[in-house]
Amino acid sequence: MPNIQKLKNLSARAHIVGVGESDRLGKVPEKSPLALHSEAAINALDDAGMKLSDVDALFTAGWSTLDVAEYLGIHPRYTDSTSVGGASFVIHVAHALAAIAAGYCEVALITHGQSGRSDRAPIPRNPGAPAAQYESPYGIIGPPISYAMAARRYMHEYGEDRTRQAMAEIAVSTRKWANLNPMAYFYDKTTSFDDYHDSKWVAWPFHLLDCCLVTDAGAAIVITTPERARDAKNGSVKILGAGEGHDHSMISQMTDLTRAFGQYTGPQALEMAGVSHSDIDLAMIYDSFTYTVLVTLENLGFCGPGEGPDFVASQRTAPGGDFPLNTNGGGLSYTHPGMYGIFTVVEAARQLRGQAGDRQLDKCDLALAHGTGGLLSSTGTVVLGVE
Amino acid sequence: MTGNTPKPQPVPQPESDRYWEGLKNEEIWLQRSVTTGKFQFYPRSHAVEDPDGSREIEWVRASGAAELFTFAIAHIAPHPGFAGDVPYVTALVKLDEDVIVPTNIVGVDPEPENLQIGMRLKPVFEHHEGGQTLLMFTPA
Repeated sequence: MPNIQKLKNLSARAHIVGVGESDRLGKVPEKSPLALHSEAAINALDDAGMKLSDVDALFTAGWSTLDVAEYLGIHPRYTDSTSVGGASFVIHVAHALAAIAAGYCEVALITHGQSGRSDRAPIPRNPGAPAAQYESPYGIIGPPISYAMAARRYMHEYGEDRTRQAMAEIAVSTRKWANLNPMAYFYDKTTSFDDYHDSKWVAWPFHLLDCCLVTDAGAAIVITTPERARDAKNGSVKILGAGEGHDHSMISQMTDLTRAFGQYTGPQALEMAGVSHSDIDLAMIYDSFTYTVLVTLENLGFCGPGEGPDFVASQRTAPGGDFPLNTNGGGLSYTHPGMYGIFTVVEAARQLRGQAGDRQLDKCDLALAHGTGGLLSSTGTVVLGVE
Repeated sequence: MTGNTPKPQPVPQPESDRYWEGLKNEEIWLQRSVTTGKFQFYPRSHAVEDPDGSREIEWVRASGAAELFTFAIAHIAPHPGFAGDVPYVTALVKLDEDVIVPTNIVGVDPEPENLQIGMRLKPVFEHHEGGQTLLMFTPA
């Protein structure tokens, strides 16, 4: 089991000094996935006031670090291709913290690039995996159907109507944040509760507006030692706490359909950081679906099991509400190329550094970013802060 | 359930041959740990819920009686092979042996009001010429 006392000594031993997206997000058919990695990497390094030649550690998921390093033209002395779905990049933040504190490297680059919408050569699934044998033949393929089955079980346990209302609240509040973010896919498009309830079914109980976007996008993060972070061009963010882990691969093997692994990684990250839920100014929670947010708020401990619908009621998570959530517009309304997790950290860093433009929070000293990967399979949580 | 593009077909692995051969005979064979007496799905080379990871596993024929644990209704085909099937019901079903299997519910109109969690189910065996037999369920 994680040794919390040792982890507390690791807290703040590395800082985020640069974040960046690819130049464009959304429909970007003229860029390959590796080009999206590369653009984002160079933008994040520029944000940090660094160059590719400064990088000595590379982290990525979806692709091997071999491919990404070669494309970038770098030769890392530390390498980590941990790939457990969209949570991977949040997990990489913790791995970079540990690697830097241990002395393996000084400048860690985490990259993501994915052409979810326009990919000419999507990565094929493993035909020998259990999912190919036990779920795919029944048309249980891809996230919407699997998450929808989890959501239906939640409705059974905690009430269908209040769950539906909560999902609508999240869809509408997240869109309001996107309307403040010029990089968001739906920056110019508002949505109402009626729009939500009128949107078509994708996989009942999920409407279209319960589901994340499918976009082309890249993002990157630069992490370094506290000493080098003093020279950061645009300020730095401390990595205070972290937790990671996974439960299952196939949805049919999930231990409890309403308890994802955030139930462990959230409390661990907060304890390592030495803070509590009420200290958090911003929650960036992976929103593959509205339901993912609802259940994750409970799993992380912001509220109890079945209390999520009350927690998000009355647009509490929207701009002006007292629980700012997914201020970039989320996977639902900003961007979601397939493995979105890195964008939760990018936005948290921007809010903490006061660089979030029209959507900047009045007070943001402490943020929690949480990725969920696979089919509610893996999670990674980080707690980030500024002085 | 047919479409123009073939659906993904299961490729049995050595530890699951017995399961798939059983379905061809319209029998459901499950693994059970000899030491703990717990059933498991899917077939593995060891007892997955036995803390010792014992390899002492026996095959036992299940009754086929089951209840609906959860479901979804797919309105957009997640694979071209299912384009002709939407809307269709995907489900997780709990066998009376206390294991959960992924499956489809057939023989009901795919509407939420026709599907109650906890409803009793019985197996339906969908045979595929030259391929495997799929285990589906219908209201008992």
